[in-house]
Amino acid sequence: MTETMASPAREVWITGIGLATSLGEGLNANWEALNARRINVDEKTFAPCIVHPFAPVNFDTQIPKKGDQRQMEAWQRIGTYAAGLALDSAGVKGNKEILGRMDMIVAAAGGERDLAVDIAILNAAAKGNSDPGFLNERLMNGLRPTLFLAQLSNLLAGNIAIVHGVSGTSRTFMGEEAASVDAARIALARIAAGQSDIALIGSAYNGERLDLLMLYEFGGFNLKDGFVPVWARQNNPGFALGSAGAFLVIESKAHAQARGAKPYARLTNVVADLAQRTQPGAVTRSLEALWNKLGVHDGNGALITGATGAEPVTSEEKAFLRQHANFAVRATGTMFGQTLEAQFPLGLALAALSISHGALFPPNDPTGLEVEMSKPPTQIVVVGAGHWQGEGMALVEAID
Amino acid sequence: MAAPRDKFGRPIVVVTGMGVITSLGAGKTDNWAKLTAGESGIRTVTRFPIDGLKTTMAGTVDFVTVEPFSTVGLTEQIALMVTEEALEQSGIGSKGDFPGPLFLAVAPVETEWPPRLEIGRAVGKTEFDFSDLLRVSGGGKYAQYHRRFLFGSVAGHLAETFGTKGSPISLSTACASGATAIQLGVEAIRRGESDAALCVATDSSVNAETLVRFSLLSALSTQNDQPQGASKPFSKNRDGFVMAEGAGALVLESYEAAVARGATILGVIAGCGELTDSFHRTRSSPDGKPIIGCVRKTLADAGMTPDQIDYINAHGTSTPENDKMEYLGISTVFGERAKQIPVSSNKSMVGHTISAAGAVEAIFSLLTLEHQRIPPTINYDIPDPTIPFDVVPNKARDARVTAVMSNSFGFGGQNASLILTREPI
Repeated sequence: MTETMASPAREVWITGIGLATSLGEGLNANWEALNARRINVDEKTFAPCIVHPFAPVNFDTQIPKKGDQRQMEAWQRIGTYAAGLALDSAGVKGNKEILGRMDMIVAAAGGERDLAVDIAILNAAAKGNSDPGFLNERLMNGLRPTLFLAQLSNLLAGNIAIVHGVSGTSRTFMGEEAASVDAARIALARIAAGQSDIALIGSAYNGERLDLLMLYEFGGFNLKDGFVPVWARQNNPGFALGSAGAFLVIESKAHAQARGAKPYARLTNVVADLAQRTQPGAVTRSLEALWNKLGVHDGNGALITGATGAEPVTSEEKAFLRQHANFAVRATGTMFGQTLEAQFPLGLALAALSISHGALFPPNDPTGLEVEMSKPPTQIVVVGAGHWQGEGMALVEAID
Repeated sequence: MAAPRDKFGRPIVVVTGMGVITSLGAGKTDNWAKLTAGESGIRTVTRFPIDGLKTTMAGTVDFVTVEPFSTVGLTEQIALMVTEEALEQSGIGSKGDFPGPLFLAVAPVETEWPPRLEIGRAVGKTEFDFSDLLRVSGGGKYAQYHRRFLFGSVAGHLAETFGTKGSPISLSTACASGATAIQLGVEAIRRGESDAALCVATDSSVNAETLVRFSLLSALSTQNDQPQGASKPFSKNRDGFVMAEGAGALVLESYEAAVARGATILGVIAGCGELTDSFHRTRSSPDGKPIIGCVRKTLADAGMTPDQIDYINAHGTSTPENDKMEYLGISTVFGERAKQIPVSSNKSMVGHTISAAGAVEAIFSLLTLEHQRIPPTINYDIPDPTIPFDVVPNKARDARVTAVMSNSFGFGGQNASLILTREPI
């Protein structure tokens, strides 16, 4: 839509949430699991690495055509499923008029390898196969032709468009944890400025992938030797990849009111930066600067962070958190694992859910950094400091 | 002097710097000379063995090397180069201090075969599985592969090198990515978030697996015997696109800020539009409505009518599907004029630069406006009678051009268009 003369920034509401994680599918299942302090980890399948495996769902309920499901691998299925849940939650599923102009910013990595093909190639190479066209021949004959579509980063958005009919503008952002911070930031800015009325934002991650475990093994990031909560990993840093899909519908207050939509919370602001992490304390300073830009109100609140357990970034975040001790902290990396691009929308979802429930979910931390919060939170800061680069923050507030 | 706001009251967005690399060469001068001479950058691939491949040609950038070689590394290197060219021309900011955000359209990043094969050799056995690979991947020996193969690695390096502000965005909308990067920059300036934006698009991903992937979808031309003649948009005997590499960078500024610092204005991004096609993962909706809608949205965004467009820089991939759908879309919006308005495809010469295409072709569109010369669609020997475009066949043409529409229609239903003018409307 064409925006007009600069007008006051429009208020933006979170009106739909879709969650499918290692703790279950849907808002109730995840909320109950958090309140029960449940954690679902698998320390066997990918030993010595640890993952938070996806809790099985019936994909048919959101992706009715088997043909569509077959075109995707797990990552796209999880995302398309969670996106459907968000559209249901917002009450726009099947509303062609709205969906036809709904904007979408999806954060995505990429899709699964065909590991059987990869391993066969590597074994053959190890046996001394060195024909010039050997790799070509194996790939041409081994890969199923539509696998590429299941791997392409922008095809998560593409599948959401095809399956659910979301067909306004569609953008896909890449870049690990920061990608979904920026997806939320840009979607919010567009609606606030009148460049958009309603948007679907979010991501999905399949952490049960050997190729991704290998990528993070290169950097020494995988948590090993037993699962412990994020804040207790200082002597054995690392993260456990998790599988999750987290999507939100956000829209202008006027648009929501006009269609009688009930909001969960207000998405007040999203800020982001990329600090050069060349000096100690760079992340701490970056987070503090973002806090000052965010518009946090005096008084207390809650803080939901995607802190990964990787070092030195997690210690730097702790130093920042100590400056804001009147905010009760919750680390989603403990309950859901490290879901990279999905971590920030997961945090936004839990912030909105907590505000709508009038309660922050309980702490899950033996170190005492996370404390109980007895009052209903009216402001929740969602924090995302990437394991390697990028820092972001959002302010989610109760609507008075 | 024109007013700094457009007819909708938004800051006018202008271009003050451009940089481009394709298989034709590095820089605007070389590219423009060869483009208007009707030269092709497509060659038989020499970068890796082509035995057994159905498509053995591409428009690779072979005159830039990176050590150690990875296509991600090459993608980053040409992005650096085009950004330097654009910044040099623009004169904005100072070295390492660009006063605005970075929007980077980039080929999706993944661990590549050379390091994968290297890890495989490190296992030290001839029969092994992935858990063995995982076992030898640790210990820090391959730490450089973690940082190289993160999706955010290219943008991170660009942001560090050029000192862009805030969080850099890496994006993909498949073949529309380059246009999307420009749109994000335009939107940010229109919102008043910044007076400037650095929009870069880069794709140097020709390797065995990417070529095989497109090949398995039957998307590529197999007319390998004459590589330079294979990309033949709008021709009757077209049979698929030719994969290529390239990068484009544009410095966008608000008209007001550009004039205030005395910058030379190279052109105006008068309008942007995008519309999703939810029909199929690779094919367009047969009724053409998303393409038609995208083109109309773009005209509306610019506050222009079809009559005001003097030239269309087509998506024109040379696939049977796209070129047909592009004609349907354009002829629906432009009516009878669709047969007269020049419509040419740069891809006939530089191939399909995938994630970079929208930006590379926007730059060629701006050069068209600067030089008042339309690059041809080459290899147009057998016209497709069902696509009666004036494709500017085979030879460049001097023409009066005031407004250009540049189209990008990508896999996954991503449609994006830009309207570029020399002067504010």
